[in-house]
Amino acid sequence: MPKINVNGRTVDVTADPSTPLLWVIREKVGLTGTKYGCGIGQCGSCAVHVNGKVERSCALPLSSVKATDKIVTIEGLSRNASHPIQKAWLALDVPQCGYCQSGQIMAAAALLAVKPKPTDADIDAAMQNICRCGTYQRVRAGIKMAATLVPAGKKA
Amino acid sequence: MIRNLDPKSLSRRSFVIGAAASGGGLAIGFNLATPGALAQRAGTKTAAAKSAAEVPEVNAWVLIRPNDDVVVRIARSEMGQGTLTGLCQLVAEELECDWAKVKAEYPTPGMNLARKRVWGDMSTGGSRGIRGSHDYVRKGGAAARLMLLTAAAADMKVPVGELTVAKGVITHAASRRRTTYGRVAAAAARLTPPDPATIVLKDPKAWTIAGKPMKRLDTAPKVDGSLVYAIDLKLPGMLNAAIRDCPHFGGRLKSYDGAKVKGMPGVKHVLEIGGTALAVVADTWWEAKVALDAANIVWDAGPNASVTSATIHTLLMDGLDAKENVFVANKAGDAPATLAAAPAAKKIVADYGSPFLNHATMEPMNCTAKWTPEKCEIWVASQNGDASLAACAAAAGLKPEQCEVYKHHLGGGFGRRGMQDYVTKAVLAAKQVPGVPIKMIWSREEDMVHGRYRPISVARMSGALDEKGNLVALHMRLSGPSILAAVRPEGLQSGMDPLHFQGLHAAANNPFGQIGYAIPNLTIDHAMRNTHIPPGFWRGVNHNQNAVYLECFIDELAKLAGRDPLEFRRAMMAGHPKHLAVLNAAAAKAEWTKPLPTGVSRGVCQHMGFGSYCAAVAEVSMKANNKVKVHRLVIAVDSGIALNPEQIAHQVEGSVVYGLGATFYQQCTVKGGRIVEENFDTFPCLTLAEMPKVETVLVPSGGFWGGIGEPTIAVAAPAVLNAIFAATGKMPRTLPLSLHKLV
Repeated sequence: MPKINVNGRTVDVTADPSTPLLWVIREKVGLTGTKYGCGIGQCGSCAVHVNGKVERSCALPLSSVKATDKIVTIEGLSRNASHPIQKAWLALDVPQCGYCQSGQIMAAAALLAVKPKPTDADIDAAMQNICRCGTYQRVRAGIKMAATLVPAGKKA
Repeated sequence: MIRNLDPKSLSRRSFVIGAAASGGGLAIGFNLATPGALAQRAGTKTAAAKSAAEVPEVNAWVLIRPNDDVVVRIARSEMGQGTLTGLCQLVAEELECDWAKVKAEYPTPGMNLARKRVWGDMSTGGSRGIRGSHDYVRKGGAAARLMLLTAAAADMKVPVGELTVAKGVITHAASRRRTTYGRVAAAAARLTPPDPATIVLKDPKAWTIAGKPMKRLDTAPKVDGSLVYAIDLKLPGMLNAAIRDCPHFGGRLKSYDGAKVKGMPGVKHVLEIGGTALAVVADTWWEAKVALDAANIVWDAGPNASVTSATIHTLLMDGLDAKENVFVANKAGDAPATLAAAPAAKKIVADYGSPFLNHATMEPMNCTAKWTPEKCEIWVASQNGDASLAACAAAAGLKPEQCEVYKHHLGGGFGRRGMQDYVTKAVLAAKQVPGVPIKMIWSREEDMVHGRYRPISVARMSGALDEKGNLVALHMRLSGPSILAAVRPEGLQSGMDPLHFQGLHAAANNPFGQIGYAIPNLTIDHAMRNTHIPPGFWRGVNHNQNAVYLECFIDELAKLAGRDPLEFRRAMMAGHPKHLAVLNAAAAKAEWTKPLPTGVSRGVCQHMGFGSYCAAVAEVSMKANNKVKVHRLVIAVDSGIALNPEQIAHQVEGSVVYGLGATFYQQCTVKGGRIVEENFDTFPCLTLAEMPKVETVLVPSGGFWGGIGEPTIAVAAPAVLNAIFAATGKMPRTLPLSLHKLV
């Protein structure tokens, strides 16, 4: 039985190896914060971290995930929504319908981890997630605010 | 934050609330929509549920817990537009409660039915969430306040007129006594409510909660993944369904390999739905989808199999030339004669066009249904709970009283979730598996080819100038399908679809929006040309196309007249002061007369819709590869009352993204009687990098309630197109811009 490590917990999963990680997370692990939007890696609603890098889980088959890979979903990003990105999102009321925001937050958190003070160009390049409500202006502001919330010398 | 009430509590005056909510947000609930299931899972009634059972309902809109928490009932649906927060502001303002203690919950459509529609209209569309309910929800808050004060007065044995209240604390100054709403709520709930006609509402000038930039009440569960959208629902014993309906509208399911599908992993049932669709029910949705993909479905493409975008275009162009069966909505003077008499050098005839569009909500259509011969329940994201209940009952073959709808926050609506086709299909599937909750999820591909599309349209714009360069005649001929004819034919007026003329009507009080110009010879008419593609209400509806046609053509005429497009407009707007005021506000903020950096061009426009006046100025440049870069959009809006300035700004910003995504990239084309574009790779959306800086200018003139969710979309595209026209000298008259290789 394949094992995957989600949010620090090792889980046995019974699923066909071709099953996208998204549906393993949603239907086998039971964490629904990671969303289905397109199924073809276009929209980013399904973004999770795999070993610290942002990945689109709808396009990642279970067979490509090793038991040692550390998968982090929105539920595991922080305790009590304490990640700087989440704090900024709350402070600026970034979400509208909210459906794409797990993916936006995971993408933004991954950006901040490698670029603690991202430029507009960095944000443009990293944030390719689709939001139909059109929260992009607040997403950009949220990332900039979060960059100020990260204590010096610490990683987001 | 938001829960559904438990319909079982209908027999009581108070309501059983699930154990889900606590503190500042939505707890991670197993199933927020069914408090009963929560208690069942816990094996016993939870402590919270027990205490909640004693929470008094002061009236239909307000219940107050002993700890002074205030729960406001929200009949409309929250889909990101902020209506939930706005409605709470209105109730809390009149209630005089502590905003920090306000929470919200949805009454169910079944309860609305059982209680003779005490919560009024649940439909959430047409930017009506606030403007359609502000009066009665404020009165609901005010009535609750009066009842609470009356109860406190009786308790203190003093005249009610001697009491004051602030933030839910009631004070009798003379005796220095205080009490709180939480302490008197139970007694207040036993009082007879005051007659709403006698209630005097606060002057907006005295508002402290309404009219202020309050933060949303529903943000917290959207940043940690805990909000349970309908697609996230889990119920005991639930199975998952994937569906494929005949993509050729009007066609049918011909054959499929049922035996093969039944043997596939996880598959429990293979169901035919309505003769047109196949659904596979499995343990997981992914298993259901994989099996459905393998079903070797053969469609009977039906009577519309030969319809293509080209045949539809021919049909619509025929409407531009039609002499008969044309509906005239706005007429002054004699536009055709004036146009005929005008010299060629003083007139322009231009054909514009806009494509079919899908709403493409981020959360694909889905609905969970549980059917038994006695009862049918559904869990759904709906813009119209009442309509969902009706659709559920019709498909279930039961009375509405035997059905119930548990509403979830929507992962996007934009008009799509006002239609109930996805409810019908889910119930028809669940009916074949009695007693088992079936969650049916549309794949993105299924969602894209079974939309309710923003109707395609074309317009022939004919305009003539006099010798001074003033617009003396305008004929705007629209041709295209009618939404009302397809979905609500009773709304037609002697066959005419008034909705097709949104923002083009003559009268200031026309519910479908007033044109902002006085043009001495004017004809605006519509040749209805319906197609078999199902149309629907797409955020902004027909305002979006009408504003493009009219406002871009005005710029073409201004150029012919050799006049500044802002000044050209102003000259026609003296009789339309509200339209003019927002136009001036946008122009002032954008510093219209200030020179721009080399290579940057401006465009301006104005349009009125959904009760609000809007104007925009765009700044664009053309990149070296001749592609458009939109730098800035200044948008001014007069919604009369500005209930929450901060949330209005969010909606304005969002509307730009929605509108420009369509303007740049989006179209649903037709081949073989079906929609071609199946996913975001062929139906691209605007990205963060492409979003211009949006500056919202609020100019609320007071005295009326305009909508906010939709109206500003209409001005985003024309402002940008006019700026492109200024930059290139060529107006892109057909959308999207990708057709012109400008993006």
